[in-house]
Order: sequence, then C-alpha cells, then structure tokens
Amino acid sequence: MLTARFLRMIEGRGLVFLGIMALVALLVPLCNLYVPPGNPFHVSNGTVVLLGKYLCYAMFAVALDLVWGYCGILSLGHGAFFALGGYAMGMYLMRQIGTRGVYAHPVLPDFMVFLNYKELPLTWWGFQHFPYAMLMVVLVPGLLAFVFGWLAFRSRVTGVYLSIMTQALTYALWLSFFRNDMGFGGNNGLTDFKDILGFNVQAQGTRAGLFIVTCMALALTFIIARMIVASTYGKVLVAIRDGESRTRFLGYRVEHHKLLVWVVSAMMAGVAGALYVPQVGIINPSEFHPANSIEAVVWVALGGRGTLVGAALGAVVVNWLKTVFTTGWLAPYWLFALGGLFVLVTLAMPKGLIGVWEDVRARLANRKAIADAKASGARPSDAGSPDPQVPR
Amino acid sequence: MSAVTQSILYLDGVSVAFDGFKALRSLSLTLQPGEMRAIIGPNGAGKTTMMDVITGKTKADEGDVLFDKGSIDLSRYDEAAIAELGIGRKFQKPTVFESHTVADNVLLALKGDRSPFSALFGARNRIAAETIDRYLAIVRLLDHRARLAGALSHGQKQWLEIAMLLAQDPKLLLIDEPVAGMTDAETDVTAELLKDIARDHSVVVVEHDMGFVRALGCRVTCLHEGSVLAEGSIDAVAGNERVIEVYLGR
Repeated sequence: MLTARFLRMIEGRGLVFLGIMALVALLVPLCNLYVPPGNPFHVSNGTVVLLGKYLCYAMFAVALDLVWGYCGILSLGHGAFFALGGYAMGMYLMRQIGTRGVYAHPVLPDFMVFLNYKELPLTWWGFQHFPYAMLMVVLVPGLLAFVFGWLAFRSRVTGVYLSIMTQALTYALWLSFFRNDMGFGGNNGLTDFKDILGFNVQAQGTRAGLFIVTCMALALTFIIARMIVASTYGKVLVAIRDGESRTRFLGYRVEHHKLLVWVVSAMMAGVAGALYVPQVGIINPSEFHPANSIEAVVWVALGGRGTLVGAALGAVVVNWLKTVFTTGWLAPYWLFALGGLFVLVTLAMPKGLIGVWEDVRARLANRKAIADAKASGARPSDAGSPDPQVPR
Repeated sequence: MSAVTQSILYLDGVSVAFDGFKALRSLSLTLQPGEMRAIIGPNGAGKTTMMDVITGKTKADEGDVLFDKGSIDLSRYDEAAIAELGIGRKFQKPTVFESHTVADNVLLALKGDRSPFSALFGARNRIAAETIDRYLAIVRLLDHRARLAGALSHGQKQWLEIAMLLAQDPKLLLIDEPVAGMTDAETDVTAELLKDIARDHSVVVVEHDMGFVRALGCRVTCLHEGSVLAEGSIDAVAGNERVIEVYLGR
C-alpha cells in the first residue's frame, strides 16, 4: 500500500531516474576502484571527480526547478545558497587541517595566520565538529532564504523585479566574500583540504565514497522534491505560478506557500554546494558570481522546466558540453555555444529535452495506435486520444 | 443603524480615485442576507472597482465597507483574509487554473485549512473525490473531471469557476459577468444555476446582458460614473429615463 503510493508519487520518469542513479552510484566507483587502468571499462579518478561535480550541479538544478518550474519564482541568485553551503563545508574542512598547514597553527587556518588574526572569529566557532558544520550547511542558506523571501514575498515583489533582487543578493555576497576582513579567505577562498571525517580527501577511496554520497543525496533531493510537487501543496504552487492573485482570492496566503518552497530549495542548494566542495577541493567567491546562477537557469530550461528530471538532465548535459568545449581548441567559443543553446531551446524546444522526448513518444504511441486500429479494421480517426488528459 | 445590522453587505459613501479619476463617487449599497442583486451599468460605471473594494484588491479612499451585519470592517483585511471571511469572487474573464485538471481546480478552492502544511501532509492533501464531485455535479462538469481546465470551452470554464466559488462555501458570492461569451443555451443554464445558488447564498451579479438579468428575476442596481443611478425591479430600472439616457449615450 505504502510502496504503491510511493511509486505513484515518483512516477515512471522518476523511477527511471532513480534507477539510473543507483546504477551510476554502483558502477562508477566499481569501475574506478576495481577495473585496472588501461581496461576500456576503467573510470579514471579525474572522471569520478568530474561526474561528482555534475551530480552536485544536478542537485542544484533540481532545487532551482522546484521554485522556478513549479512556483514561477525565477531566481537568478540561487548560486548564493549553493556557495554558502559550500563555504560551510569548506570551513569544516579547513579546521580539519590543524597543524598540517604551512604555518602549523593548531587552531587558525593558514590565511588567518597570514592576515595576523590573533584568535578564531566567532563565525568559525564550532566548525571543527562535523554535525555542527552539516547543520550550518542547511541552516545558513535556509535562514538567508527565509529573511530574503519573507521580505520579498510579503511585499509582493514578483517577476523580473524579484529576479533582479536575487541577482543583487548574490552580487552583494560575491563582493563581500572577496574582502579579506570578512574572514572567509578573501579572494583565494578556502582550499588545501586534508581530510573529511578522518579520511584523506585526495584518496581514491574517499573520492568514490563522496561520489556515492552525492548520488544518494541527489536521489533524496529528487524524492523530496517529488513528494512536494505530487502533494496538494505542489498543486497550490502551480496555481500560484499560473495565477498568483487568483490563488490569493481563493484565500491562500501566497507568501507563506512561496516562502516554504523557497527555503526548502535554498537548503537543497546548500547541500549540493557542500558536496561539491570536498570533490573539487576549493571554494572561493567566484561561486557567488551572478553568471553562475544564470547558467543554472539555462540548465533547467534546456532540460525541461517543471519536470525535475529534466533539470538534473540539463545540468549534466550542459556541464558535459562545457567540459568538452572548454578543453581544447573550442575553449574561446564556450560562451557563444551556451548563448546559442539558450536561444535554440527557447525557440525550438520550449519544453526542453524532456519535452522533445515526450513529443517523440506521444507521436510513436499515436502511430502505433493508428496501425493497430487499421489492423483491427476500425477507422483510423478513432485511434489515439484527442483529449489532453493529465500530463504525466 | 438597522439597515447596517440587517445587511450582509453594507457600502456607504465609498469613494475611490485613481490618479484623480474618480472610479467610485460616494457609492452606497445594501444587500440583505439571502438576497440576489444584479448590478448593471455602462463601461466605466465602477462595477469592477466596487468588486475590488469589497474583496480587498483596492482600498477605498473614504466610506464604510461592512460585512456580516456590520460586524466586520472589510477595509482592514487583505484578499486572502476576506476570502476566508466568506466572500467569494468570480472574475470577469474565466480565471481557472488551466494547467490543473477540472477536479484539482475544485480541490484547491474547497473550504478548509489553506496552510502549506495542510496541503503537504494535512487535511487538504486527503480530500475525498466524492467531495469534489458533489460540486462538479452541480455545474454539470462531472464527465470532465480528469480533463485539463485549459481544454474546456469558454462556457464550461465559467461553470467551473462557479463550482470553485461554491466549493469555497462563501456567505456572499460576487459574480462578474458570468454569461459573457456564452451561447444562448449556456446562458439559460447559467441563469437557472445562479437562481439555485441564490436559494442559500447572498449573491451579487454584475452583468451587461439584459435578457439574462431579467431571467434572474431579482432586484437591479444601475451604476453610473461611480454611484447608484437607479435601483428596483428590472422593469422599473429599465424604464427609468436617466438609465435609458445613460445607456443610449445622449
């Protein structure tokens, strides 16, 4: 009964997605650790890191799709939540370095010694404890989203105005994190990590472990997002997206509904950022750059807005393209390619990759139905359902 | 005061101006509980602005807007709160949620807790199909329950919106141009529907279609330039010289 309900909630497309995630979580570490280099099935260490990075972006895209695709809040500053989660993880990793830093100070990270800090700033307290750091990974983005959202949604700031404000938010954070006296490593950010929970972050085994955790986190994020959109709350969100004032006239406190999904999404983005940092080995203010947040919107649009699976797919596809384009002779043309991609998606496939796939499937199903009808002697026009039913 | 304490809706001396344009000039109107009232008037007479003031979309510059025997001052509440107090509104253009199914539209409208948590885990997430179907049956859309609301005909959308309004179980229904764009047959059905609803609700209907207003058989108020021009039975109002003058535009 409960399983049946779970399956209905996840839907076919989601099950395929979760299946692929399970397969990836299993095969990639296996082929990395146990297939010897030189074998065509070997996955190199670099590829594991790269795939892990893509999956973090996929998680981030799912979080963005939840607010944009379902509630119509176009956030152009979601990268701020991702980066804050990343910084919280980075701070934990910094404090794990201990005396192994260049200056071998037992408490202060290298950059603080260099900048003549006498003692640890208050903001860094407690970050040597993993559970506290993990709490901050969700709490800091969540709190910022709460304050920002509470003010913005209550004042009924919507549409492009809200988008511009989110851009300003991440821009402000970008500028402030660059400053040395913010106490987060300034321009250089946090890097040179040694270990996480006692395991060497550079070790192959740790990398594989982090990869598996990322897969699980992405799957969990997806399941939570599906739970939200499949519930009546998800229907309220879509109602707000399609007719905000109409929803208000029905008696819904639109600002409360928006705030909840906004905060949840920010927390998801924070977790994605936290998983990203130990895998790429650095977090610096460039993660706050407004362009990052805009790029994430392109991933979601390309994959298919309001489909969750599409968002994750879009993130992986665009970032894979980015990897291809930015290594080698194509490097100078990446931004043109990204821009071109966005124009192409907007003009040719407004429903994204998922939309194209659905169209193809619907056409094939229709053709088959017509063929079946012909075979059984019925009139072909009876085939197929002319009436759009609930989209699945 | 007795006019106030007996009324479901009481507007007195309500004025609204937009950048100097006076949309409502000292409008006064009283509605008894259980009464159905038709509001007519040429374009720009202030019909929609009046609805906006009652439902909290627009604030009155001056005047009283009282609800439920004068016990509630509506000017102190916003749209969501007023909807919760029991005033439902159907818009001029059908505004159903097009990407939701017909049944889901009613589900969202149903009276009850409207908090995010109720919709996620609580009562609103466990509403029985029969409850929804009861309202769909009233407006004859039961066979269409699984269709997307966007795929309905114009008339069906209007009916769906009436079903949504009923599902809110309001004390007072404000219905803006329910038969605009409907066929004659649909208009007749809608008139019957509204008369049924008026049996146990207070209803304000704004409409241009005189034939439809006549079919409703209720008291009529004619607005002009933001205030009441005439009030009474349809024949009295339609025969009023000033009303004729305004409508023929002399």
